[in-house]
Amino acid sequence: MAGTGDGSSDVQWCFSQVKGAIDDEVAEADVISTVEFNHSGELLATGDKGGRVVIFQQEPESKNQPQCRGEYNVYSTFQSHEPEFDYLKSLEIEEKINKIRWLPQKNAAQFLLSTNDKTIKLWKISERDKRPEGYNLKEEDGRYRDFNTVTTLRVPVFMPMDLMVEASPRRVFANAHTYHINSISVNSDCETYLSADDLRINLWNLEINDRSFNIVDIKPANMEELTEVITAAEFHPNQCNTFVYSSSKGTIRLCDMRAAALCDQHTKLFEEPEDPNNRSFFSEIISSISDVKFSHSGRYMMTRDYLSVKVWDLNMETRPVETYQVHDYLRSKLCSLYENDCIFDKFECCWNGNDSVVMTGSYNNFFRMFDRGYRQDVTLEASRENSKPRSVLKPRKVSTGGKRKKDEISVDCLDFNKKILHTAWHPLDNIIAVATTNNLYIFQEKLN
Amino acid sequence: MEVNAEARRILAVSISKLYASRTQRGGLRLHRSLLLSLVMRSARDIYHSSRESEGPTPEEPMETSSGAEDEQQQAGLPEPQPALVSSEKLPEEPDSAEEECETTEDKENLSPTRQSRKRRGKASAAPDFLPSKRARLEPGEERYAAPLSSCRAGAGDSLTALSLNRGDWIPLRAEELTYIGQSQDKGITGAMVRAVRST
Repeated sequence: MAGTGDGSSDVQWCFSQVKGAIDDEVAEADVISTVEFNHSGELLATGDKGGRVVIFQQEPESKNQPQCRGEYNVYSTFQSHEPEFDYLKSLEIEEKINKIRWLPQKNAAQFLLSTNDKTIKLWKISERDKRPEGYNLKEEDGRYRDFNTVTTLRVPVFMPMDLMVEASPRRVFANAHTYHINSISVNSDCETYLSADDLRINLWNLEINDRSFNIVDIKPANMEELTEVITAAEFHPNQCNTFVYSSSKGTIRLCDMRAAALCDQHTKLFEEPEDPNNRSFFSEIISSISDVKFSHSGRYMMTRDYLSVKVWDLNMETRPVETYQVHDYLRSKLCSLYENDCIFDKFECCWNGNDSVVMTGSYNNFFRMFDRGYRQDVTLEASRENSKPRSVLKPRKVSTGGKRKKDEISVDCLDFNKKILHTAWHPLDNIIAVATTNNLYIFQEKLN
Repeated sequence: MEVNAEARRILAVSISKLYASRTQRGGLRLHRSLLLSLVMRSARDIYHSSRESEGPTPEEPMETSSGAEDEQQQAGLPEPQPALVSSEKLPEEPDSAEEECETTEDKENLSPTRQSRKRRGKASAAPDFLPSKRARLEPGEERYAAPLSSCRAGAGDSLTALSLNRGDWIPLRAEELTYIGQSQDKGITGAMVRAVRST
């Protein structure tokens, strides 16, 4: 199986599918805000600004076309969050889905956590393909039968019906966050999960929704002394006592819940000294970490700041082991990017199944992959122009010097409204999901 | 002084962003406000240090903070700012703007009732459970968000060209003040907000 696809220079990516409206006018509610594969890769969930969750399911591979992995088709759509109003603070609470995280599957049903700024919900997605028929007291349409007409007894039996996928909210975890939730992460113990806002991290039990434990609190006694906020948090994939959280100052703290009930004292602090040559007005903004992800192995973690992706070895706190420049040509444009708000964009990053390649998004609907082993990187584009089935994606290049080669695009021509913030990689295969503003692109490795 | 002009422009842009974020859906974003305040502090420090190097000019005190708050701000500085001149002197409003308004009306000496509406960040780190009040408008005033373009005046005239009218003063909420930075900043910040509003 190509799960061992190691992102070597041989890997070519093909367009597979695109989901979403074709219009140039993007409805605000349709903006995709999160993308996540489940643990088997069979299901792909997206959340949008309108508070909806759409789940796609991969079709089983057909024997007719062994070269092609199954397509993803809509499996379930539901409204996860609605806009709310906090009357006490006169604040509207957006329904935008910030994060979706799948629970490992334990039975026939699938479970996922979805969160907006204030409330986390546990959703159960289950299939129904049979229904009981042959009641004694009821007709098929539900009306009660006249008892006098009942002369025999029968046992109702399950008869097949059209597949129905139901999503039902099983738990609502509310009122635990004063600030805006930026992360949720399910623990490897499959019993607890954490939720993080700007200043606090809470630990929940999946079964208990009226209580949570606060495990990190960085709110200063005097808010005037506030110097950093929490930007992302994640549990270690194997060690249920370990989690990390990143900050707006570019630091990552690893905490061990065995050490204390309140993990304000970090166990490890990962920080790279700033390069004084790169100091500018915007140094603090671009060093703010927008995403942190553990590798599948649990040995490494990856952080994304505005211009780069860094891979850290958990055993070394002083500096990252690898640094990849995503779009360093933007370094001289920071002032313009500040004015048009792009500098505040929060890009995410992801690992491939065997941790050999990392991927992240950029502008102009470009996304970048960095092969850690072969030390190669590639820039690809998600666009409708390259959307013929199984057409191979051509690597793109941004020209930074004076002379622009053919097929290169100059920095000034980049479309900063077309940004790829959310990407996801299938846990086992070389299939990736890339979200542009309101479209979801699915690309697959070219198989011969 | 390119750096000076750049710093002022960034300050103006930052104030406008902070102001615009008040009307954003979902409320004030702490992370964004913090980043804006850090940029503003950098720009303010650069601006003042470049003015210092130009030579001393007569300054008028703004509604200001005490020396104690000054020290607190120094202690709270997270990183060394580039070319930071010792900040024992309180940062004041841009002198050019003040000089301009001196010649017309005494706009700077606002009535005590107006001043008292401004929340000092230090005293009013509002508890989370208390409602945040918005400014009460005078009759005839209207509330609006300054468009970004209004701050995009050419370098150098982003502040001097703006007239400061009474009634343009927007008291910032407690959270905004704290994110703008330590209390020392409020002097210049208040002026920036007025400048933005008057366009």
